[in-house]
Amino acid sequence: MHQPVPLRGRIWLYALAFLILLFLVLPVFVVIPMAFSSSRYLDFPPPGWSLRWFERFFTKVDWYESMLVSLKLAVATVVISTPIGTAAAYAIHTGSHAFFKWMRNLLLLPLIVPHIILAIGIFYIYVRIGWLGDFTGLVLAHAMLAVPFVVTTVLSGLRSFDMNQEMVARSLGCGRFDAFLRVTLPQIKGSVLSGMLFAFVTSLDEVVLGLFIAAGHNTTVTKVMFGSLRDEIDPTIAAVSSMLVIGSLTIAFALMILGRDRKTARQG
Amino acid sequence: MNQDLPLRKQSGDVRRLAAEEAAVAHTQPLSIEIAGVSKSYETFRALDSVSLHLAAGEFVTLLGPSGSGKTTLLNIIAGFARPDQGRVLFGQEDVTLRPVNKRELGMVFQNYALFPHMTVGENVAFPLKVRRVGKQAIAERVAAVLRLVRLDHLAERSVTALSGGQRQRVALARAVVFSPRIVLMDEPLSALDKNLREEMQVEIRQLHKKIGATTVYVTHDQREALTMSDRIAVMNKGRIDQYGSPEEIYNAPTTTFSAQFIGETTLLPGAASDDRSHVVCDGCRIRSAKPLPDARDLVVALRAERMLLPEECGETTNRIPSRIADVIYQGDSMLVLADVGSGQRLSIRRSLRVGLGAPLPATGEQLMLGIDPADVIVVRAN
Repeated sequence: MHQPVPLRGRIWLYALAFLILLFLVLPVFVVIPMAFSSSRYLDFPPPGWSLRWFERFFTKVDWYESMLVSLKLAVATVVISTPIGTAAAYAIHTGSHAFFKWMRNLLLLPLIVPHIILAIGIFYIYVRIGWLGDFTGLVLAHAMLAVPFVVTTVLSGLRSFDMNQEMVARSLGCGRFDAFLRVTLPQIKGSVLSGMLFAFVTSLDEVVLGLFIAAGHNTTVTKVMFGSLRDEIDPTIAAVSSMLVIGSLTIAFALMILGRDRKTARQG
Repeated sequence: MNQDLPLRKQSGDVRRLAAEEAAVAHTQPLSIEIAGVSKSYETFRALDSVSLHLAAGEFVTLLGPSGSGKTTLLNIIAGFARPDQGRVLFGQEDVTLRPVNKRELGMVFQNYALFPHMTVGENVAFPLKVRRVGKQAIAERVAAVLRLVRLDHLAERSVTALSGGQRQRVALARAVVFSPRIVLMDEPLSALDKNLREEMQVEIRQLHKKIGATTVYVTHDQREALTMSDRIAVMNKGRIDQYGSPEEIYNAPTTTFSAQFIGETTLLPGAASDDRSHVVCDGCRIRSAKPLPDARDLVVALRAERMLLPEECGETTNRIPSRIADVIYQGDSMLVLADVGSGQRLSIRRSLRVGLGAPLPATGEQLMLGIDPADVIVVRAN
């Protein structure tokens, strides 16, 4: 057995860990006070407090319409990428042929290739087929980015799942798909849900592809943010960012609580 | 597992329970015919034209070491694997190409594979739900089967809160709740400790008697096979080495593999004498009550518990000159190890019943061990 290192010897480790966490979290929370700033500019710390930037967001058509577009887009991305990503993960996990390894790497490609390169490629294709500024085009492009996240999370869920259970279900009378729905899916639910969350956030946060192919009525909120950052720099951006941050955190916490409930229910 | 026993049933219940058990048990078993089945994985020949007939209602064990093909054969019967050659018939029907879920068989797996997201009752109800049985009927059947495996008081429990033996019983209940005509079991007891395993062997045997389904049981444990089976198929290297009742397999093995794999056995290689009256081994000559197999190179298989000490030998007993190498105390019995000829190590097991048998020899002693010709097993050398 190892002797535990005394607290005095470990304290620097805690300090370091704290600093790293602070560094990771701070930028996220800096924008929140700025959103309630009374200043016309992005000042930190804010000289006074007001809600006018939230008011401006909800009264200016550009802003809230683009937010609606982004939300719709994120939902559509989830709807498309979740079944595709889950099915792909299942195939990769259960398939023994070398093709599946190859397929996995192919599917993960959008994670590795810089978005700017994807954006240029997609832009030229969409110009040809007339999908620039088209909602379907945006959804498909975002789904491409989201699928790798779903594949990765669902794969990790499947790794801790005992595939024998599907064999049992089949021996007890289920068809393959039926066995998946009744036995596998309920048990990898958590991974699929977090894959969905990743897909949602990936789409919501996406800016580079949006800059190239979103336009007109289908302009995403991130594109508007980018534009406003370049042109006017007012704290509306901070207000939007705060809402995005709060939204994402809420979903993440909801998932955490959901996961905990499931665990305790299973043990009880 | 005493804590699992329900409180003693009241006398009025007994008749009702018997009726319920009968309701669960009305399976019409199906025979299984395996005809010339072969299966290879890459270059490994897992099954080499295996043929086997299982009569309806029989409990047959596929016994063999790992890699002998027993699990592959079970998977082919189940429909998880397709044979490269040969056919599988249930009754008169060819099911070789039928998918698993259409074969209507109950299966119990090595690690139970209970569904952790369901309670005990839900697990057992699963095959009935899949078959769209009505709610009321499901409730009745599940209750009856759980009573059959003595788990009715745990129906609402989560399966993760069960002990190993209880999980195994849930897996059994789930496999038989829809009255399958064939039940397959893949080393279902290997995860349990010895005492519990022996208890479950008897329980599975009794369950089989109540339900009557044709049962194929895979194990590498010879004792388990002997305890439970109507017939045993000894498997080795993708072939059936011998197929017969436990008594046949134990008393009259036909190959060196069967002889050695089952029981505590010493093999002495030898050759038939010219008049074929006995086998000439290294340092001894051994006569068998049965005719010798038709070959020159033979192997004598000696069961440890059939060996005799000098005081027990009679006129016709075979004598084997030997030197005692060790005497080992094992609780219920003593194991005596003796060297025969030029370095063959022979095992002798003596049951430790009080007041029975000759005094044990001491280490280093030279003496004549004996074996009755009726107890001598002679097989062809391979």
